[in-house]
Amino acid sequence: MTEFMAEPNPAAPPSPGFWSSSWQRLRHHRLAMVGLLLLAFVSLACIGGPWLSPYGYEEQQLELGPTSTSAAHWLGTDVLGRDQLTRLLYGGRVSLLVGLCATAVSLAIGLTYGLIAGYRGGRVDAVMMRVVDALYALPFSVLAIVLMVVFGRNFLLLFVAIGLVEWLTMARIVRGQVLSLREQAFVKAGRVLGYSPARIMSRHILPNIMGPVVVYTTLTVPQVILLESFLSFLGLGVQPPTSSWGLLIRNGAEVMESYPWLLLWPGLALSITLFALNFVGDGLRDALDPRFIARSGSKP
Amino acid sequence: MKNTSFALLGFALLALTVTACARRETPVQAGNRDQILHIGNLSEPQDLDPHTITGVQEHHVLFALLEGLVTEDPKDLHPTPGVAERWTVSDDGCVYTFFLRPDSRWSNGDPVTAADFLFSFQRILSPNLGAPYAYMLFVIKGAEAFNRGEAQDFATVGARAIDPHTLEITLTAPVPYFLTTLNHHSWYPVHPPTILKFGAIDQIGLPWTKAGNFVGNGPFTLQSWAPGDKIVVRKSSNYWDRANIRLNEIHFYAIGDNNIEERSFRAGQLHVTGTVPIDRIAYYQKEHPELLRLDPYLGTYYYLLNTTRPPLNDVRVRRALAMAVDRARLVRYVTLGGETPAFNFTTPDTAGYTSRARLPFEPKTAQQLLAEAGFPGGQNFPKLELLYNTSDAHGRIAQAIQQMWKETLGIEVQLVNMEWKVYMAQTDQHKYDIARAGWIGDYADPNTFLDMWVTGGGNNRAVWSNPEYDRLIAEAARTRDTTARFECFQRAEQLLMDEAPILPLYFYKSKSLVAPSVRGWYPNLLDRHPYNRVYLEP
Amino acid sequence: MRSILRFVISRLLQAIPVLLAVVTLTFFLIRLAPGGPFTSEKSYSPEALARLNAHYGLDDPLLVQYAHYIGRAARGDLGPSLKYTNRTVNAIIADAFPVSLELGMWALLFALAVGIPAGVIAALRSHTALDHVPMALAMTGICLPSFVLGPLLTLGLALGLGWFNAAGWDTPSDRVLPAVTLGAAYAAYLARLTRGSMLDVLPLDYIRTARAKGASPWRIVTRHALRNALLPVVSFLGPAAAGLITGSFVVETVFHIPGLGTMFVTGAFNRDYTLVLGLVVFYGALVVLFNAIVDLLLAVLDPRTRKGLA
Repeated sequence: MTEFMAEPNPAAPPSPGFWSSSWQRLRHHRLAMVGLLLLAFVSLACIGGPWLSPYGYEEQQLELGPTSTSAAHWLGTDVLGRDQLTRLLYGGRVSLLVGLCATAVSLAIGLTYGLIAGYRGGRVDAVMMRVVDALYALPFSVLAIVLMVVFGRNFLLLFVAIGLVEWLTMARIVRGQVLSLREQAFVKAGRVLGYSPARIMSRHILPNIMGPVVVYTTLTVPQVILLESFLSFLGLGVQPPTSSWGLLIRNGAEVMESYPWLLLWPGLALSITLFALNFVGDGLRDALDPRFIARSGSKP
Repeated sequence: MKNTSFALLGFALLALTVTACARRETPVQAGNRDQILHIGNLSEPQDLDPHTITGVQEHHVLFALLEGLVTEDPKDLHPTPGVAERWTVSDDGCVYTFFLRPDSRWSNGDPVTAADFLFSFQRILSPNLGAPYAYMLFVIKGAEAFNRGEAQDFATVGARAIDPHTLEITLTAPVPYFLTTLNHHSWYPVHPPTILKFGAIDQIGLPWTKAGNFVGNGPFTLQSWAPGDKIVVRKSSNYWDRANIRLNEIHFYAIGDNNIEERSFRAGQLHVTGTVPIDRIAYYQKEHPELLRLDPYLGTYYYLLNTTRPPLNDVRVRRALAMAVDRARLVRYVTLGGETPAFNFTTPDTAGYTSRARLPFEPKTAQQLLAEAGFPGGQNFPKLELLYNTSDAHGRIAQAIQQMWKETLGIEVQLVNMEWKVYMAQTDQHKYDIARAGWIGDYADPNTFLDMWVTGGGNNRAVWSNPEYDRLIAEAARTRDTTARFECFQRAEQLLMDEAPILPLYFYKSKSLVAPSVRGWYPNLLDRHPYNRVYLEP
Repeated sequence: MRSILRFVISRLLQAIPVLLAVVTLTFFLIRLAPGGPFTSEKSYSPEALARLNAHYGLDDPLLVQYAHYIGRAARGDLGPSLKYTNRTVNAIIADAFPVSLELGMWALLFALAVGIPAGVIAALRSHTALDHVPMALAMTGICLPSFVLGPLLTLGLALGLGWFNAAGWDTPSDRVLPAVTLGAAYAAYLARLTRGSMLDVLPLDYIRTARAKGASPWRIVTRHALRNALLPVVSFLGPAAAGLITGSFVVETVFHIPGLGTMFVTGAFNRDYTLVLGLVVFYGALVVLFNAIVDLLLAVLDPRTRKGLA
């Protein structure tokens, strides 16, 4: 996330301290580091795990059927007798990819859009926000079906479809914050000093809205991961026998009474990832806290 | 301390709700006492017009509200008197004369007359109504021409009223299963003055089917219809056999999800469910076998093989695909609903017909056939797509079969799941390689399974064509003698299995949970349960 | 006062192009989706199909249909449903919306009553058990989608303890489980957002000043901190509330509630063109309305934003 923040404003001079000192602070945030390690662990397990597993993710043992935890199958097997752990790790690739990429897309759009709308205010804001209103009202399932038909089944489309819906609330939140900030003394001062809007937005406003942005971003990830399973339902996402956490959870929920482990493990995997993300998010929030900037002297 | 007051408030609210809804009499218990039957009825009915509906959930309700000329015995589905107390058949088997009960009444007290039936036949056959099931009446002479708009005058159609209580129907051929089709909703009468009160005879979407407007001639009347929630019908005071109706009310719940139905059943909110989640079947079999009903159902689950697309245009490839699927294993470990593996298309014992033809599971033969077709060991076999509409069950079956093909034939297929209408549009336009399909018979006769595969048939989505097959089906339609007729079907079905444009997987089972208090609920192939016989034993 | 009036009027005027845009987009989008309202497993004969299309005007050129639709919709007539043939779209909305509205209100109430206090407490006692426990619960709440939470509640409280009906919308107690299920995720969001922005606000000078002046903690929170901390929460609430009161497919299915959420999903799946369009108009109007309310609230909570608002 930090890299992303730094990039879109090449006009801003190489950070005189804020972004890099933030990274320094983040490194000393213990919980955030725990979260990062956890995320790294989950990602590595998903990438490498399926190779180490003695089972293929699609390998069925019909006669075995659904079984609970055993020595041969640590997390049990699903209704077709497939190894749940292998499927979980394999599905994690899809979900993490979708979760992070689609969230990044929605963050990029929502943040930029909200910043511009809020900073400009007035008529520009009105027009931009009414566009958001209109997009809110578009029936998502129709949009997804049409996307699939027009572009064919394509994994990239998944990100596009998800990014297209998820940025709306982000834009509204950012815009609400900016509307308030733009009238504050330090922003006005920036304008008086003749700073470019890009500089004001990136150096003065952005750091001050990182709190809600980071929180909402971390909240978007699980939403996106679950949304993927709905798109898969429409035929836009992953096709069996491939799976994803969202699909595993959805299918597990259908049989939660008979085979609870089919819901429990994917649910746990998603929760752990989300907890880790939140730790990182909290760390980021603290690290990007503008109050520190005053001390490091970069606030005008 | 503000926190504590919040917590206290929360606890108070919780305690209030808990005491308010402490265990009390369940709807099922109350229903047992008051003879009110609670039925889980799948999803929301699209309408209650017998001439325009298509689904089973609508039929379940109409079964209570309307009565046809004949009804059926709930145990073996043989025709029994309905509005017609008796009937005669001419020697050539083409003219049926129905004698209507003089005491049959509409729910508003009007007598049910032959003219009402004529009005109803005319209505469903009217081109403007666009009735999907109009073809059910094409056995009547002149009906098809009238429906196509080729004849404008309904007098050209072979149905007439000899007197107010005598109805004569002339058929195009001595169709032997004619009487069994009469309990299909397309043959049900509607009350002419009620229709005409709201619009023309052939007008679509009239509000006559709403509660308060609906006039029927069945054992129950439409009491209320809360869309998305439930439909309540109440015992009719005008039905001719009202003395023998024991239920006072039936509540049909549009619970669109089998898990929710099952939970409602367990909570004592439903007497009968429309279906059972497959993962719960094992539980009920073990713990409560007395509640679970798995009965043969007039339907077949199969795969369509698109005969216009190479390599599926090669009969050897089609047979190889079929013979590589171990249907017994599929049923035992994947579908789990006690279904019967299918090696032919027509459900066994349909009106006494069981097919001799078999498309068996023979992995060796399958491999050999594939090699003969030029793909030894699956080499160079193109990657076909297997299309199905998204659902857990379909996905599971598709994945198992994908694996079987891979193991036995060494070929890869790509699974493609689509939302329902996209899937329908694709198969309708024949844009698929292999597609899932299911067929539910409209009436208990092999014809409902076999006449769909004639050349150019509207439901022949495998685009298969065989002149000999067409000839046999046409011959069966003209044959009156059951043995000879079934022999035509036997030969036709043998052809169908030899050419394998379809891959039958299993014969359906109707699945339901039925409370012990429900009496008179008999299993039958059509999963239809005349409410006249049903009652509750508290 | 006059500025508020001007604001309201201008928003009402802005709603027109928004609704027009979304209806136009949806109108043409849904026609691109394969399959039509009469595509079914047992095929309609070509003749029957032609009659049905003619009856519903689906055989006119698309632009003519569009013009007809806009003309009718402008007069408040959303047309007949193509699936539920004896009902109009207006009637469907009139039947189902009150149910969804009620459920949504309860869910919103639950989300606000749980989410905001939890977030405030967590922020005031940050990095203690009073912070970690509610936040862990909140994250679990977000991880638990309603299609998991709903059945869990049903199994535990309805089937296990017998406190509630497993499904239905008849008695007052039938409101509890659906409202909790629907509101839980929103409560979790609110808790996270509130905690985050409270943490942003609490160290600011004016809070310190208030504290130095000896204001009670309750007063500091409600009068000073929360006022500013609620900005992102309120921004989130606008669309969230519009979503809540128009129902949720999953919650309505899980508890068998005759609400509007089911219609949004099944309408699109059934290719019930008129129903989908009608719902889009209705929902669009609600979104505009709620976002307008949010902007008003923002202006009340933080006078500085007023300048930016059109």
